[in-house]
Amino acid sequence: MAYVAVKGGERAIGNAHAWLAEARRGDTSVAELGIPQIAAQLGRAVDRVMAEGSLYDRELAALAIKQAQGDLIEAAFLLRAYRTTLPRFAHAAPADTDAMLVRRRISGVYKDLPGGQVLGPTTDYTHRLLDFSLLGETVPPQAAEAPASEEKMPRVAGILAHEGLIETDGASDGDPGDLTREPLAFPAGRDLRLQALARGDEGFLLGLGYSTQRGWGGTHPFVGEMRVGDTFIEITPPELGFAIDIGDLTLTECVMVNQFKGSKTEKPQFTSGYGLAFGHGERRAMAMALVDRAMRAGELGEEATAPAQNAEFVLSHCDNIEATGFVEHLKLPHYVDFQSELESVRRMRTEAEK
Amino acid sequence: MSSGYNFAYLDEQTKRMLRRAILKAVAIPGHQVPFASREMPLPYGWGTGGIQVTAAIIGPDDVLKVIDQGADDTTNAVSIRHFFARTAGVATTTRTGDATIIQTRHRVPETKLRAGQIVVFQVPQPEPLSRLEPSRAETRRMHALSEYGLMHVKLYEDITRYGHVAISYDYPVMVNFRYLMAPSPIPAFDNPRLHMMPALQLFGAGREKRIYAVPPWTDVRSLDFDDHPFRPARAPHSCGLCGATDSYLDEVVVDDCGGRLFVCSDTDHCETRRGNGMRP
Repeated sequence: MAYVAVKGGERAIGNAHAWLAEARRGDTSVAELGIPQIAAQLGRAVDRVMAEGSLYDRELAALAIKQAQGDLIEAAFLLRAYRTTLPRFAHAAPADTDAMLVRRRISGVYKDLPGGQVLGPTTDYTHRLLDFSLLGETVPPQAAEAPASEEKMPRVAGILAHEGLIETDGASDGDPGDLTREPLAFPAGRDLRLQALARGDEGFLLGLGYSTQRGWGGTHPFVGEMRVGDTFIEITPPELGFAIDIGDLTLTECVMVNQFKGSKTEKPQFTSGYGLAFGHGERRAMAMALVDRAMRAGELGEEATAPAQNAEFVLSHCDNIEATGFVEHLKLPHYVDFQSELESVRRMRTEAEK
Repeated sequence: MSSGYNFAYLDEQTKRMLRRAILKAVAIPGHQVPFASREMPLPYGWGTGGIQVTAAIIGPDDVLKVIDQGADDTTNAVSIRHFFARTAGVATTTRTGDATIIQTRHRVPETKLRAGQIVVFQVPQPEPLSRLEPSRAETRRMHALSEYGLMHVKLYEDITRYGHVAISYDYPVMVNFRYLMAPSPIPAFDNPRLHMMPALQLFGAGREKRIYAVPPWTDVRSLDFDDHPFRPARAPHSCGLCGATDSYLDEVVVDDCGGRLFVCSDTDHCETRRGNGMRP
């Protein structure tokens, strides 16, 4: 075989992209997926891509899922790379989840509470049997509808706080940071930690949260409350001077209530971990709340020994866009470095033979 | 040029942020400056740091060269060159001498760079101490105190164990007698080229969110000991295409009976030599 300098990388890339487009479309005798179909019928995938892509836009997230052939990390990456080009024209006021139009609200710590337990559209109590009727096209029966309740839904943290049994959130210490505009430095404040977790990889957070339940940084958690519903977002344009409503987001919020033994300065009381996710993402919100609480070990005077309690470890590795990029970059050529390693190993072997 | 995006993809606010980081980096040679790295349309680990640095410094009159492993025609180099041709509409070249900006992964060109040129390195891991101390909070402190004993111990241990320092690429350097710096995964063979280079050297690490720099004519020394001086290595052969005996060589497997061909890793260098009639 004669050596031919590798040329035509350019043509190879073009051909590969064309093949990819063809593979994405698949069998053309099958109808092409429409964006509204993905947005409506693969809603949980859209929610996850919006959360990890850090951009609330159902249509663009659905487009990203289609373009990425359903690879959700790739889809989140497409969305992030789009998001990063958008100008930032305002900062929203904190979302008021107390005012949420709740579709689902459950508490694990009270049998019943003001506002009640609202199951909502959950898979929790379904039997995981394949529903073969979905092989064909189906029209689901109309779900029963209750009149909207006027009853307030106070948050469980508030109920516990009446007795002083749970820590208070504490006063805000100024504008929250933004890790998309300032690089993360350690130690990182809780604002930045929560931001990183909110867009972190669901699988990574789930594994870390799970590890705290198995004794790697145990926090004895209870689901104080989880609620899913729509919340309005407000901004105050400086030229107007008053707040205007710019739209609604579907959010999932989870407050974990955790044991705290007390310290020299604090009486024993419950502490909390907080999780918030774009869309309907209960697993993500719960895992986030577990990891948030675990990372507070230092500030609460607990011994920090487990991976989930190490903020630098968690925050440096929870972003799946960073992680997938770096893991997959090993596919790039490394032959120059490998050549230097070859020479080094040969040299060591020669030394060893002496 | 594709419409719908700003010149060179990034918005001007982001470029300003990058330029401030670059200026600070140039003012403190070898010091890692944190910056708010953006998501780029290419994945982390594929040159996002270098691309952001290039996007921040490139102008319409610049001529860009992009190499990976020393070659202009490796797929990732092609892809990045396309990216800038598409988003900035700039002229591109494969000739080292013709370029005003050279973005590189894993190599320093064989041709001596001149004053006025800028070489942009893609950096996967900007922290030279990362394999010895994983916490960036701790390594930051070590840099602040010039506390580099840990690295000297690692080199010493290599020498006692193997008879020489067993780092063959990304070999740590001391910049301007002050900061320990990762030169990016260039082979140690390329390290001496960083010393007193007339061109500006910029290093971008996108995923790790760090920019650092070596200004022109700066002292860059590979770490070593008086009795074990730094010794860059290359394959002990000459190029099978142009006959060069002093260039860094790639080893190409030509058959399944141990046949090897050694060729210049710097494709422009090799082609230029062959154009001038050089043969093995």
